[in-house]
Amino acid sequence: MSISFGSSKISLSEIFNAMRQGDPGSKVYKIINFVRIPRTLAAVLAGCALSVSGAILQSVLNNSLASPGIIGVNSGAGLFAVLIAAFFPANIYYTTFAAFTGAFVAVLLVYYIAKATGASRMAIVLSGVAVSSFIGAATDTVLTLKPDVVMERTAFLIGGFSGVTMDRLSFAAFFIIIAFIVALILSYDMNILALGDETAKSLGLNVRRFRFIFLILVAMLAGAAISFAGLLGFVGLIIPHVSRFLVGYDNRILIPVSALLGSIFTLLCDLLARVIFAPYEIPVGIIMSFLGGPFFIYLLIKGRRGQLYD
Amino acid sequence: MIKLKNITAGYNNVEVTKNINIAFEEASITTIIGKNGCGKTTLLKTAANILKAFKGEVILKDRNISSFSNKELAKKLSFLPQIRKVPNITVYNLVMHGRYPYLDFLRVPQQKDKEIVQKTIEDMALGKYINKNIYELSGGQRQKVYIAMLLAQDTDIIFLDEPTTYLDINHQLEILEIIKRLKKMGKTIVMVLHDLNNALSYSDKICLMDKGEIVIYDSPEKVFESREIDRVFKVYSSQITFEDEMPKQYLFNLK
Repeated sequence: MSISFGSSKISLSEIFNAMRQGDPGSKVYKIINFVRIPRTLAAVLAGCALSVSGAILQSVLNNSLASPGIIGVNSGAGLFAVLIAAFFPANIYYTTFAAFTGAFVAVLLVYYIAKATGASRMAIVLSGVAVSSFIGAATDTVLTLKPDVVMERTAFLIGGFSGVTMDRLSFAAFFIIIAFIVALILSYDMNILALGDETAKSLGLNVRRFRFIFLILVAMLAGAAISFAGLLGFVGLIIPHVSRFLVGYDNRILIPVSALLGSIFTLLCDLLARVIFAPYEIPVGIIMSFLGGPFFIYLLIKGRRGQLYD
Repeated sequence: MIKLKNITAGYNNVEVTKNINIAFEEASITTIIGKNGCGKTTLLKTAANILKAFKGEVILKDRNISSFSNKELAKKLSFLPQIRKVPNITVYNLVMHGRYPYLDFLRVPQQKDKEIVQKTIEDMALGKYINKNIYELSGGQRQKVYIAMLLAQDTDIIFLDEPTTYLDINHQLEILEIIKRLKKMGKTIVMVLHDLNNALSYSDKICLMDKGEIVIYDSPEKVFESREIDRVFKVYSSQITFEDEMPKQYLFNLK
């Protein structure tokens, strides 16, 4: 479906024919190969990565409001993307790499500041807020001095999958797949960590080391997704909640379910973004917030009745 | 056997316990008592390696406790913190968490782990709650589930921080009877209790603390006779003996 719909419609049989013939000259083949397939993959990967990173973070920080943005992922990626656009406009191609590095650097900074005060959950959240606001100020400074990069910045802020290419994607996909597998293996340790620091420690879990590993996984997943999709943070907040509502709190089940639902939700939003006002497109981030916001409120009210959140 | 040698410990560079020396006896119940803030929990956490001491060392089986790996240690001693989260999982899953130190790289519980968890849940008379969420249980039942998790962990040494606080009298006594059963199984139990009567009537040894130091460490009878409890808590204590097998009971009045 996602491959079929778009600014120009291609029927399923046309897709099938074009792929079978594999004629590199045909228009349909080109659209499919260079636009639709990368775009579909991008939506699936970004949805999966952001949802899983949100699920990990909410569990590890024991904070249901946590999304990757809270530990500096967004601001770090944003700053580096803007820096590239401002100072190396010729190398705009490296934005993906820069955004990823920025997310990573920000998370490391947050962790080491938090570590100085004992790396408690609250310390991580607070230093995340502090680092984010500092980096945000740095980004605004760059934007003030170099106003011509504002456009780039706006596209990044809203997020979307138009203009995603296969080679930009494969770099990020590598990190997302590795981090996802590690997260699945360590999902049981995540359950132990959720019992609280003292209980986890007495069960033999190295609390600080695992918290650090989980933050790195979050940075890898969210940083990689943001690097090609921009800020689609909302998926990372709501999909883990929806999944928990459906399958409960066991991370061994929650993580794969979040990955699946996140992919489906993002794919659906991207599809709507392409067809609602076709041939014009609206950025997927806007659709996501329009759909996700009310649905999330509905869940909150329903969950409150069932005492899901305390 | 677990021993504390010249332990000074605390939080954020503030010393709470000072130069503590104590050895806990095997297969017995030792209860630490003292006023709020005197360092009972700090002492317990240091002994359980939850808290790192500023000075001194904890010796377990003639080895410094920090020479054990996390998992090795978790097979030798377990610790029940006073304030715990109420996780949103089933009774079975929480008790299974007690097997965490025994799991291999893939973290998949083996048949043996499942059998131990099943047996522990039945021993603790929690069978009918096995698939219930911890959230749906009362405080007393939750406490039993946590103790079941500790039992599944199967350690020789068990540290309990106020295991009976906030529980009704029936659950308090039930928990204390379970602890007594653990002792008969050969476990070494060290706990903090606020209820002095329970402490004196259920323990083999009493460790009375004041201002971060040990005042007296002896049998309940000797500690009672020393009148140190009266001095530290500013109370007047009296002993009630019964003719039959009932253990002695203790009463406390303000001085």
